[in-house]
Amino acid sequence: MARPAIIRKDDRPPFHARLLRSQEGIVFSLAVLAFVLFAILLPGFLSTGNLLVLVRSVSILGILALGMALVVIARGIDVSMIATMVVSVSWAFVITRAGYSFELALLIGAVFAIAAGVIIGVLIAFGDVPPIFATLAAGSVIYGTGRTFFFTLEMQNVPPDTDWFSVIGQGNVLGIPTTVVFFAVLCGLFHLVLSRTRFGWMLYAMGSNPNAARVTGVPFRPMTVAQYAISAFVAYLAGLILASSAAAINARLFNSTMIYDILLVVVLGGIGLNGGHGSVRNVVLGTVFVGILLNGMTILNIDYTVQNLVKGIVLLLAIVVDSIVNPRDEQTSQQGDL
Amino acid sequence: MQRAFVKRTALAAAVLAAGLGWAVAQDKGLENPRSTAFHTSLKDKKVVFVPLSMGFDLTEGWAAQMRRQAERLGYGFEIRDPAWSTDAGTRAIQSLITEKPDLMVIHNPDIQSYARLLKQAQAEGIKIVQINLESNTTTDSYVGADWTEIGRKAAEAVVARCDAGKGVSTKVAIDTGVPTAASDVFQLDGIYEVLDAHPDIQVVSQQATEYNPEKARSIMATVLQQHPDLCGAIGIWDNQDTGTASAIKEAGKSDQVFLVTSGGGNSVGCENVEKGLFNLYISYNVPLQGDLLNQEIVRLLMSEGAAGESKAIYFNPLTLITKDNVNQRNCWTLDDLK
Repeated sequence: MARPAIIRKDDRPPFHARLLRSQEGIVFSLAVLAFVLFAILLPGFLSTGNLLVLVRSVSILGILALGMALVVIARGIDVSMIATMVVSVSWAFVITRAGYSFELALLIGAVFAIAAGVIIGVLIAFGDVPPIFATLAAGSVIYGTGRTFFFTLEMQNVPPDTDWFSVIGQGNVLGIPTTVVFFAVLCGLFHLVLSRTRFGWMLYAMGSNPNAARVTGVPFRPMTVAQYAISAFVAYLAGLILASSAAAINARLFNSTMIYDILLVVVLGGIGLNGGHGSVRNVVLGTVFVGILLNGMTILNIDYTVQNLVKGIVLLLAIVVDSIVNPRDEQTSQQGDL
Repeated sequence: MQRAFVKRTALAAAVLAAGLGWAVAQDKGLENPRSTAFHTSLKDKKVVFVPLSMGFDLTEGWAAQMRRQAERLGYGFEIRDPAWSTDAGTRAIQSLITEKPDLMVIHNPDIQSYARLLKQAQAEGIKIVQINLESNTTTDSYVGADWTEIGRKAAEAVVARCDAGKGVSTKVAIDTGVPTAASDVFQLDGIYEVLDAHPDIQVVSQQATEYNPEKARSIMATVLQQHPDLCGAIGIWDNQDTGTASAIKEAGKSDQVFLVTSGGGNSVGCENVEKGLFNLYISYNVPLQGDLLNQEIVRLLMSEGAAGESKAIYFNPLTLITKDNVNQRNCWTLDDLK
């Protein structure tokens, strides 16, 4: 006898099952698990001081991930963020050391970053270059331009006599590090933009179905240019905070795995690379999870190689569990799905 | 009588003229055949430098000095920049072995990777000077720091401040770079050689920063949360330790935590000593290393001996820079060397 097609409230799967239905839920569970484990095992882990250090150590990563998320939601990707970040900030420092005022130099840095973003956006929007290739190539071009014409040394200290600048990355607001405050403010701002503005809604539309968005009148090309300009500017902001926080910036970050860490945060948090869904909540989740792992492992004084191994295993675990509880089928898979 | 006077005057004039003539001949000096040979015999020689990467104080400094000497003596000088990639470096050396320059200056990324290639190159008749980072193979010459000595000196300075009964505690943190480089491997050996002799000293953290100042900062911030009574810290490289220093300063513990680091003596590092961020800065003195390197290049290019016939090592002296001796003689800028 066939069951009636009425779904009663009791038939909804229990909470834990619903939690494990999504990548986000799985990562959330893993994060809670890691948090509880460290809290029990490590005496100093739960102290306010340590929790602030934890969030702070990943806020810059989180800010970069916000910029990346915006682009990814609209079915793009920006792997040139690190190049933009290190070159624009390093150049601003070099200009200051050459005798110009620091404020003017910072403005020039910002203009450079936004110009780089606009050019990338134009390449993608008007040149129809796939975002991954456009930004990959642009990253090398930006970095190469910087190294050839703007500065010889990769390492640039914050210029002397710029005391107010150190507040950005080293100050406190009511006991909370300014870096964390910046991350929180940007999260709020991005949340508003994504959920309350036409610009935000159009991003989701572009990500879910680019062709439909184009046909229904979304200004596709200007929107694309705007996204990359925003992600480049966010990269510049993150770079300033990073430089202020460590009193220096090292252009060599371009050669590091940082861009993959950003993607890790975005994907781990549950924003699919095929676009159209995800929110600021996912970025926060991914950021905090990576923060818990890094902080716990540093306190445990775990060896460098083992740390990398753990990071790799966790990512693999998240993906495997996800594909077991959410098996792919023809209906859910899309072109470009990872 | 008048005739006698004329005769005497003529005689005097003749003697004077002869004397002058002799003096003029004397002014033209003697030709030094060795000088001529020195300045001409190297004309068609070729020297190639394979650094870890260009773009940071050490390699830019050496390259500037080597280039200056090449211009002075008229031999060819080239740089093959692998930009931090060991693979690219390996390929560069492989192709150089077939190109057969007269001499290669090699900066090793770790103690193993290039070892066999260097042997092979010498077998092909290419002379090899290793600079500052050794490989396991000894070649015609090695010029640079003795990392074990740096480690010993750093550890001795920390022990002097933090051994039982001397500081707030006996806790020490170590920030390494990448675990496989000669600078890490040998320096750690030197550090532990001293620390093991002082069993009261506890190493509470030993973490790899990947030479990234921001990572160094967040590691030190976490360590200071766990061990607010930290007494000393040893960093492996000045470029990364600006981050370590800024974490210590931010925690308001500049007077408590004694930070030792090492580097090439670039003015950027010296600035940090002046600001009180580095308590002891062990410099391996890039201008001195450049001079030694140039001397070794000329010696080997002029010698009749075959490649690999005799092997020389010179560990250059170290300069211990503290607030008291930050000066022009101990610190340099790239423009000084160009």
